Amino acid sequence: MGFQASSNETVGVIGSGSFGTALANLLAENRRVLLYARRPEVAEKFQKDRTYRGRSIHAKVSMTNSLSELAKECELIFPVVPSENFREMLAGLGPFLKPSHKLIHGIKGLDVQLPKGEDLRTVEKLNRSQVKTMSEVIMEETVVLRVGCAAGPNLASEIEEGQPAATVVASHFDEVIREGQGALRSSRFRVHGNHDLFGIELAGVLKNIMAIAAGILHGLNYGDNTRALLVTRGLAEMVHIGKALGADPKAFLGLAGIGDLVATSSSPRSRNFTVGFRLAKGETLDQILESMEEVAEGIKTVCVVKALAANYKFSAPITQTLYKTLFEDMDLQHGMRLLMEFPFREDVEFI
Amino acid sequence: MESVQHYIQEGILYKPVVPNIHDWPIAQLFKKKQHFLEEVIRETMNGLHAQTKIDHTSVSDLIAKTMFMERIRMTEDPWKVDPKDEGKYWSDIKKDMVRIQQLEHDPEAFTQRSDQMLESIVSRYVNEIASTFRPASYHFAKRFLPFFFSTLLNASAGKTVKSVINHSVGLQEKVHLLGETEAMRKLATKGTIVLVPTHFSNVDSILVGWSLHALGLPAFIYGAGLNLYNSAILAYFMKRLGAYKVDRRKKNPIYRQTLNTYSTISILEGVHSLFFPGGTRSRSGMIEKKLKLGLLGTAIEAQKRNFLAPPRGVSEKIFVVPMVMSYHFVLEAASLINQHLTFTGQEQYYINNDEFASYRKFLKFIWTTFSASSEIALSFGKPMDLFGNFVDENGNSFDNHGRRVDIKSYFMTRGEVKEDWQRDAEYTRMLGDKIVERYHVENRVFSSHIVAFVAYQMLKKRNPELDLYGILRIPPEERTLDMGEYRKTIERVLERLRNMADQGKVHLATHLVNDVQTIIEHGVQNLGIYHAQRPLSFQDSQTLVSENINLLYYYHNRLEGYGLSSVI
Repeated sequence: MGFQASSNETVGVIGSGSFGTALANLLAENRRVLLYARRPEVAEKFQKDRTYRGRSIHAKVSMTNSLSELAKECELIFPVVPSENFREMLAGLGPFLKPSHKLIHGIKGLDVQLPKGEDLRTVEKLNRSQVKTMSEVIMEETVVLRVGCAAGPNLASEIEEGQPAATVVASHFDEVIREGQGALRSSRFRVHGNHDLFGIELAGVLKNIMAIAAGILHGLNYGDNTRALLVTRGLAEMVHIGKALGADPKAFLGLAGIGDLVATSSSPRSRNFTVGFRLAKGETLDQILESMEEVAEGIKTVCVVKALAANYKFSAPITQTLYKTLFEDMDLQHGMRLLMEFPFREDVEFI
Repeated sequence: MESVQHYIQEGILYKPVVPNIHDWPIAQLFKKKQHFLEEVIRETMNGLHAQTKIDHTSVSDLIAKTMFMERIRMTEDPWKVDPKDEGKYWSDIKKDMVRIQQLEHDPEAFTQRSDQMLESIVSRYVNEIASTFRPASYHFAKRFLPFFFSTLLNASAGKTVKSVINHSVGLQEKVHLLGETEAMRKLATKGTIVLVPTHFSNVDSILVGWSLHALGLPAFIYGAGLNLYNSAILAYFMKRLGAYKVDRRKKNPIYRQTLNTYSTISILEGVHSLFFPGGTRSRSGMIEKKLKLGLLGTAIEAQKRNFLAPPRGVSEKIFVVPMVMSYHFVLEAASLINQHLTFTGQEQYYINNDEFASYRKFLKFIWTTFSASSEIALSFGKPMDLFGNFVDENGNSFDNHGRRVDIKSYFMTRGEVKEDWQRDAEYTRMLGDKIVERYHVENRVFSSHIVAFVAYQMLKKRNPELDLYGILRIPPEERTLDMGEYRKTIERVLERLRNMADQGKVHLATHLVNDVQTIIEHGVQNLGIYHAQRPLSFQDSQTLVSENINLLYYYHNRLEGYGLSSVI
């Protein structure tokens, strides 16, 4: 069913980081793929050597450095760039997009339009009109309405190894889900559809907060009981934040929520987990960020959620404590103690 | 100059866009009425067959469901205007249903018979919905109505006998046509317009009708609630002016499909259309937040079909123009808000026997509205395509960054226009959201809206422990507001609104350039002026009092959704 007759068309991937190349290779099992790299030398290197910085590309993947070429060749495009660069990338891509394009992003971050003179660490309150999901940014910046999001437990390195895995493609449009499934699924990769685009986007974004916290616990040499406590309370907090922002809790109980949370909260292969782990080992946040090759979206998400919580007056104890340990020099042990003493009411109160 | 004089006499402010009434799309459509109705029946049948495939049901299931819903409607919600034979009709259908069950062994005969029954039901609905358009009636109406209005206005304006006869106060002096009127006129010849006004009062449809006429536009086709047909005078005109009947009680799938097809094909034929997408008048006084998507969907459907087959109208393009009406005063406010407070959250379309039932009551209604209102604003919003992109006067779409958009592409996949029911339903939902967003921007704020908003919010703030129903029960002696504090609050709200207006987030009436004291006096004086109990009035020069908080709440609601309560 999934392997449609349209397999001679080319799909596009924007972003040649580890997830971008993993996604391109996965797509290459079903389609020809055009992979965009922002820097011309990276595109050239990949094209010539088929490999770059330990990442290799499938034979059916071609490289490009031109967004106009990408938009011309591909009707279905997967943007996988850091949320920080997303608007800027769309400004370049926008002029070449038509309403017939379909965009399925795989970005687990939020877009923030900060008030003048503020940065993420100083901003106290943010409202919903200042914080956008990636699909909302696409609809704001381009003519494309048929948008979707791919989220789930998809650690790039495991996908590259060909291990069995699954993802969720969420969109309001059946057509986008169908196209996404057709392009992505294979005998080792399942693709579930979901109509709750906002819920799925948020689930993927919020789990990064918990991944950092899990990394800290691991770095402090806590064991499985503690991790299970974090995963469970972390999920409850994600649902709570989601509900405060108007999302349906259901999305959080699937692959993009609990699924992704379980994967990243125990994996040193996750960037966000790694940030937490290194913090616990005594490095400062600035040292860690400086030495990391790719962006850990979770750091930004912690700031955004903390500012949203201040504005809409909901409590998010894990996020708020994490913020204090990341930016206000709160001792990790002290943060841990605070959380243990936090008066949660019930075990399962969120559904 | 002679012609200008002539237009003014007929109540037209602008030269007609299409001078000969027989060339109007609506006149063209009804010249071949029989052909049109046959197409509606045929297309409805096709649509229903397609729907049964999607839903994995059958035509006989569809008939059974419709029959069931119709029988419930007839017993639980009968109206005076309902046809006398409908009981018999549906009991005959029931007998036929029993009879064709015996054809179960012969699927072909069964299908044929059930299709015949379906066609009979669809034809019945089409004939019930259908209107007509008679140029002669229009000529009469356009001469009669302005005369009628100006007589009312002059009489109500308390002018001298001489000025009443001379009609020195025209409708245009009380009713301001604002916004994109020029663009409307240009676009009327560039494609098909779908006008979507907010709906607060029963006078809305009359005012919109007049405004289109005054702008020199051809008549629009318009879906009128069946309850309006209870009034003989309205029924007479509406039937002949292209208004088709919409019976909101009939929620069965066959009726809905028939109604939607009627609208789709009218738009396909290039006939400009008018929907009130809120469905009914706003009970709460709030600007509509949730729209009825059924008729909006017909615009999307027509737009898609214009790309699947050569367009029949002047071009393939369909434009949406949101329109917002602003009043100081809504005559039915008291009954509307009481319904809202009693039935909050419930859907209700019931017949208002007491409002429009007789000619005398109708006249009194109109007279009261015009005599009491010092000002009514009809704002034509920025025209858009069906995907929320703004269009220029030539009908070209532009995105947020000013780039041209080829809208055909919204229906395309792999280079071809594709049918996709689910996709179009999503587009319709998005269009609904966009229209709601534009309503808030195009809204023209009056002094009376501000004075009501601030007064209610101050009472609310003073009683933080009370919920809505608690506030509405505040005893009369506690419903007073000190002018000093009130004036300061008005100032803050005004400042916020002026900022928002500068950013293009809302529009302000010209009378809001005045100083605060003048604005307050103007607002209080005009707010709900006709009501027996005033929503807000001066007890003395230093104190305001609300005689009727329900009404105050109603008028206050007009400014809900702008985040203004944060500056109270």
